[in-house]
Amino acid sequence: MTAPASGTLKAWLLTDAPASRNQARLGRFYRGWLSFQTNPLALVGLGIVLLLVLMALLAEVIAPYSPVVGGDLRTERLLAPSLEHLFGTDGQARDILSRILYGSRLTLMVVALVAIITTPIGLLIGTTSGYFGGWVDSVLMRLTDIFLAFPRLILALAFVAALGPGIENAILAIAVTSWPPYARLARAETLTIRNTDYLNAIQLQGASSLRIIWGHVIPMCLPSVIVRVTLDMAGIILTAAGLGFLGLGAQPPLPEWGAMVADGRRFLIDQWWVPTVPGIAIFVVSLGFNLLGDGLRDVLDPKGGE
Amino acid sequence: MSAALLDVQNLRVTFPTRTGVVEAVRGVSFSLGRERLGIVGESGSGKSQTGRAILGLTPSPGRVEAERLEFDGRPLLSASRAEWQRLRGGRISMVMQDPKYSLNPVMPIGKQIVEAYRTHVSATRKEAEQQGLRMLESVQIRDPRRVFQAYAHELSGGMGQRAMLAMMLITNPDLLIADEPTSALDVTVQLQVLGVLDQLVSERGMGLIFISHDLRLVSSFCDRVLVMYAGKVVETLEASRLHEAQHPYTQGLLNCLPQIEGSARPLPTLQREASWTQ
Amino acid sequence: MDPTTPTPAEERLGASSAGAILRGGVRLLVSVALTFLGLLLITFLIGRVVPVDPVLAMVGDRASAAVYEKARLELGLDRPLLEQFWMYLEKVFSGDLGTSVLTANKVVDDIARVFPATLELATLGTLIGTLFGIPLGVLAAVRRGSLSDQIVRVFGLIGYSAPIFWLGLMGLLVFYARLDWTAGPGRLDIAYDYIVTPETGLLLVDSALQGEWEVFGDAFRHIILPACLLGYYSMAYISRMTRSFMLNELSQEYIVAARVKGLSERRIIWGHALRNAAVPLVTVIALSYAGLLEGSVLTETVFAWPGLGQYITNSLQNADMNAVLGGTIVVGTVFVGLNLLSDLLYRLLDPRVRMRR
Repeated sequence: MTAPASGTLKAWLLTDAPASRNQARLGRFYRGWLSFQTNPLALVGLGIVLLLVLMALLAEVIAPYSPVVGGDLRTERLLAPSLEHLFGTDGQARDILSRILYGSRLTLMVVALVAIITTPIGLLIGTTSGYFGGWVDSVLMRLTDIFLAFPRLILALAFVAALGPGIENAILAIAVTSWPPYARLARAETLTIRNTDYLNAIQLQGASSLRIIWGHVIPMCLPSVIVRVTLDMAGIILTAAGLGFLGLGAQPPLPEWGAMVADGRRFLIDQWWVPTVPGIAIFVVSLGFNLLGDGLRDVLDPKGGE
Repeated sequence: MSAALLDVQNLRVTFPTRTGVVEAVRGVSFSLGRERLGIVGESGSGKSQTGRAILGLTPSPGRVEAERLEFDGRPLLSASRAEWQRLRGGRISMVMQDPKYSLNPVMPIGKQIVEAYRTHVSATRKEAEQQGLRMLESVQIRDPRRVFQAYAHELSGGMGQRAMLAMMLITNPDLLIADEPTSALDVTVQLQVLGVLDQLVSERGMGLIFISHDLRLVSSFCDRVLVMYAGKVVETLEASRLHEAQHPYTQGLLNCLPQIEGSARPLPTLQREASWTQ
Repeated sequence: MDPTTPTPAEERLGASSAGAILRGGVRLLVSVALTFLGLLLITFLIGRVVPVDPVLAMVGDRASAAVYEKARLELGLDRPLLEQFWMYLEKVFSGDLGTSVLTANKVVDDIARVFPATLELATLGTLIGTLFGIPLGVLAAVRRGSLSDQIVRVFGLIGYSAPIFWLGLMGLLVFYARLDWTAGPGRLDIAYDYIVTPETGLLLVDSALQGEWEVFGDAFRHIILPACLLGYYSMAYISRMTRSFMLNELSQEYIVAARVKGLSERRIIWGHALRNAAVPLVTVIALSYAGLLEGSVLTETVFAWPGLGQYITNSLQNADMNAVLGGTIVVGTVFVGLNLLSDLLYRLLDPRVRMRR
């Protein structure tokens, strides 16, 4: 594959007759990107998510103060927002802006780990279930139904209650309760191509089931699962924040946003910024993922939307 | 020939799309009295859109323009919403292709017929029900009570289409537009539904616009035939004089109709000319 | 062939609709029963995973070895896992969810005491959500792309993105602290405690039935903010689904046919399109109710609402596993029940599904 001069890169990507599979893939990606760009809200969502990543990466560089070490407890507690403390200080004289910045790491970690854990599990269970059918399907779908029968937060609560508070357990608990929808989705997608001729042809050629699932079925399920996972991330953030609010997520003094809202609760009436600002952070990030997911859905899976 | 019921001059229907403006109907003109007019064309010829435009039901974002579009002397393009609600169902009606989709699936058939009646005729529910049952009998449904209480998916195609006819003709409109009324039916059922349609149109002296892709069917049913291609009328002729067709498209269509006598190998196909779209 | 006599296939359809409903219903119940069993299995397993020694929790850490061993045998912890699960099932089905370590009451009694408060809140929330959500969804669908559509969608988007505990706090800040329009956290002012005897456990209902209008007013001032909070989330979901279903219906052929008949727009939207959209909407409402049960956990914490949600979180913070698991089972059961209900309602309301098989 020869790479052309950058001036004709666009033409190369958009050509109707790609010369290699990679060219076709890149071209598809580029076309998707162009379509995505036309949606301003989706771009806002992408911007927010990128901002989150940036904050997490650069927290040490940007944060003006330490997130865990407070200032003078006599004079610097509960200061209103000012030029020195853009979001004020909390009950332990810690700078809220710095805590938010460092807290973004925790948020990102939760989202990333949950996505990494649940997506493969969901894909595997869903595609296996849809591909093999029969009793494998019945058993796996029964399992999925059982987990779906619980409201997510309650089940996560029960898990954390058993395992003990802490951010790793919170992540595990959320992951365990989040995979069922992806399994369902993957299964539905698998069923649509289950009996197609091209799949039957590959089977006749002697391809093993594993190869078929890995090489053909899973790639087909990927777009809708990706969309779903992105949309779900907003919900995952909210669930994690909820656990944090109840004191079950990251333990103090870690600057987890939900816990910050809980800590600041008693200052709600007079020093309203203490619980309000972390909540806004959660809101904005969740919104960002929702917008991004909506935009992705419009590009990748328009019939699945409204 | 009776006085013009419908007068159409230079009807244009356009749809704006991302890649430009699509002209579905490009300057169609005809006038219609209490007679039967057939509009024949393939998919994309604009025949269905012509029918919908007459009823003001062009789907948005479509635009309808015409030099003249009048029903019984009334201009339709400037009709108010109230006027349209009076005209539609009351004086102009339409029967669509597939009763599975054109009947409300969660409402009993009888209720839909009664609704059609009471929108235009002031009557009590009992009176409307009686009228509905009578109407179902007139479309040769032998057990009108059962159909009255049935849902759309419980009826076979032929029964559903006849129920549709009953529903659309119960108010005795002056003009009926039949948009591919038999295309979704089996051949034997088609004949029966057409028979019912024939009877009703004759009995009531309605005007009929019969839209179809089936040239032979249309010519046997109608007095006049309009042949459409790419949004334009390429030929107008009397049904009885079909064999005198001038335009190569019409001739091509006629040639494609299989004949019982004569060898048909190789099977004739339609050769399209770019000039027909001008 | 007489086209009006029903074909053999149609005959079978009509005649066996009763049998079909029964068969479908039985299949559904079996499915639900299996799911419920799985639910219990999971709570059972969670209970076994606890790092805290349940025997120790019961006898205290100063008990002698003999007492410890006796308690252990009593709890059946020496039996194989399957047998333990069977014992667990027996207990659950006989209504015994264990004893709360915190209150020393039976968990079922505790839950029965607190559940009505959550029920009241979730019901009011769903009512608000439905009352506002459906018309908004219809409006958004009918005026697709317009400003109203955008506004409704933004409303919905906020509902999907805002953390409920934070929004609740904001509500308290604005409507209670600053504007004094509503009462603060809690279900009732202390002054009004014990005036109304609990019959249904639903304060609004009980106080109205007993004519205690002052209590009713106070209860209302307390419940309105958390109910509106839950109602907002319900509304976001319901309006989005309504819009989606309505858009789907409005693009169908039977709507064109209704226009051809000359029906008014209003009749077409409400009498035809919404009538069809109502079928999946009913299931959405049931699911929304279930979602509110989940949302009530955090809401009750913010508003110090003495319901099931607060019960679970309290027990959790005090490591009262029996209570937590008992509460989980109850919520899970209600969830399963609501899903079942929505499934049944769908079958009942859609004449096409009613007749199948």
